[in-house]
Amino acid sequence: MKRTMIPLGPYHPLLEEAEFFQLYVEGETVVDMDLRIGYQHRAIEKLSENLHFDQVTFLVERICGICSTSHPIAYVQAVEDIVGVEPPERAKYIRSIVGELERIHSHLLWFGLAGHFIGYNTVFMWAWKYREPVLDIFERVTGNRNHYAVMKPGGVRRDIPPEDVPDILRMLEELEPKIKMFVDVAMDDPVLHARLKGVGVLTKEDAIKYCAVGPTARPSGVAIDVRRDHPYAAYDKVDWDVVVMEDGDVFAKAAVRLLEILESIKIIRQCLENMPEGPIDAGIEEVPPGEGIGQHEAPRGEVFHYVRSDGGNSPVRHKVRAPSYMNIPTFKATCIGESIADAALITASVDPCYCCTERMVVAKDGKGRTMGWNELLRLSREKTERIKKEIGVEEPKWDLPEVSFRSRR
Amino acid sequence: MTREELLQKVKAQLNDKILNFCELSPKRVYITVPPEDAFEACRFLFEECGGRLVTASGVDTPDGIEILYHFGMDGQGMVLTVKTKIPTREDPKIRSIATFLPGALWIEREIHEMLGVEFEGHPDPRRLLLPDDWPEGEYPLRRDFKGVEG
Amino acid sequence: MSIFTKALKKSIWVYHMAASPCNNCDIEILDLLTPRFDVERFGILLVGSPRHADALLITGYINRHVAPRVVEVYKQTPKPCVVFAVGTCACSMGIFAKSYNAAGPLDKLIRSVDPDALIVYVPGCPPKPEAIISAVVKAISAL
Repeated sequence: MKRTMIPLGPYHPLLEEAEFFQLYVEGETVVDMDLRIGYQHRAIEKLSENLHFDQVTFLVERICGICSTSHPIAYVQAVEDIVGVEPPERAKYIRSIVGELERIHSHLLWFGLAGHFIGYNTVFMWAWKYREPVLDIFERVTGNRNHYAVMKPGGVRRDIPPEDVPDILRMLEELEPKIKMFVDVAMDDPVLHARLKGVGVLTKEDAIKYCAVGPTARPSGVAIDVRRDHPYAAYDKVDWDVVVMEDGDVFAKAAVRLLEILESIKIIRQCLENMPEGPIDAGIEEVPPGEGIGQHEAPRGEVFHYVRSDGGNSPVRHKVRAPSYMNIPTFKATCIGESIADAALITASVDPCYCCTERMVVAKDGKGRTMGWNELLRLSREKTERIKKEIGVEEPKWDLPEVSFRSRR
Repeated sequence: MTREELLQKVKAQLNDKILNFCELSPKRVYITVPPEDAFEACRFLFEECGGRLVTASGVDTPDGIEILYHFGMDGQGMVLTVKTKIPTREDPKIRSIATFLPGALWIEREIHEMLGVEFEGHPDPRRLLLPDDWPEGEYPLRRDFKGVEG
Repeated sequence: MSIFTKALKKSIWVYHMAASPCNNCDIEILDLLTPRFDVERFGILLVGSPRHADALLITGYINRHVAPRVVEVYKQTPKPCVVFAVGTCACSMGIFAKSYNAAGPLDKLIRSVDPDALIVYVPGCPPKPEAIISAVVKAISAL
């Protein structure tokens, strides 16, 4: 059977980051794949060596826009590891609150994109509409919708004043029933079951061999979560569950993320209730020689920073490892053997944050046939339509409520 | 396995290969081994201790290139780092662990292009992040790297 | 005002290109499509190919790998077109200016191909969706 190569990317409208996937297909089945990256490489590790320890926090925030506070949380913990100091209690609670709010917005963002890829545009509009109140809260509490500049080595830069707490709680109260309803509808939708179950399965062995993390590993039965295994911030002071599933397919990945939003809401509520009064900054003046490690469970998995200092003002070495660096190579295990109609979805199911890791893949076609991203999206949506007809569902039974959140303006 | 049991097991297995065993804190343990024993140390941690490779950091130092393999021991709540220093900056080589650990494929490619370390036995030693027209022999993360024209 | 710029004022089709961004500007651009901002009611449409575009929304500080592709996309876009440098990185490379992999900023790259290109700067990290809409509207009124 003739092998053809299909390029997935770059610069397609809804996968914002430039990446190139090379898919080698025989007929309709993917038999091999390759990834070429480098389109987002910004030399952040080198830039760190010329910045002051405090300035690096702002640099690493801009590694990724979606998981913008995840890198600062891990980095400031690495510096605190070198100094041997813990941030004050109130700062730990604020870190957890901001981290969990980010998880909510990131998972909702992913959800919208995934819906778009399979042709449920309502889901895209709905998920992103419900993201807006979360971003409003960010703007109220931190000053910006994204890139919050909250973290600093030793604590946090801004407090959450008591007058903001009722607004955060009200936003969560309005959001939670919508997410719960969405979870119920999504878990029961026969079209989603047929479309997503059994697709792109990552086995537990492969998840371990590739050292996958976060919501790429947990749906495959690998029960790891940095918040529980290596406790930090306020995660060991509140009651919450790690969401793990066994199937490892795209459906499980989506379900894990949805359920994690509900866990995040639980964590934020407890943090707001139990947050003690007190200082928010331990006041680190100098960083002695040494090495430190900081970890955080970002929406995509474990973020890891290693910092080495020689007593000067700048890191001598700063190693950044984002979760997608470990998760994206799992494509090799999940795409092969699947049909090209599912390729678009499987690539998205890992929630690739390319700018965290920046990748690209190029395919060249053996007999001159190329298929762009738009065509792959089209194939994905056609498959959804086919399934709808087989099951006998004409319209998706999404009865999503009209949004009536109050705009801040 | 508790933390203490794990550390005992590691000490027993790696024994005379350990040049330095440093417990900076209950969560942070750094084990220094010679470069020829790093492969065995990593294999032992991954296959027999349930370690998860988090990443590997390459550091340029005046007397050689240091490589730190960070293993997340999630059951014990600590990060165990295997440190090794290749004693030369001219043409440094070390055995690749990607032969048994696919999770190391990318990071070894990155350290290769950023620091110039050759990972012997790596199945796919292509460039990872740098553009195609990046000149050979220029390693950005080396301390004496001055920048590239164009 | 030439007949072409008159035509541009009807409805504007934009092509979004991410050239080494951190992605924040890109999600704010995508936010424009969502119900709160809903730019489609102004006739602003996101298209899938530069050949159909009246405007390019380019984000990112542009590294060596991606620079030739940015130039390629600009060449493919039919003129007249407006180039929006969205975000501080596209305007001036921002905190990544000293990166060893830098090839931008955007205006230097575009002007090396077309010295008379129309470039609109939308600074911000990221610029709020309102700022991006305001930039597009101001640019169209100024034409």
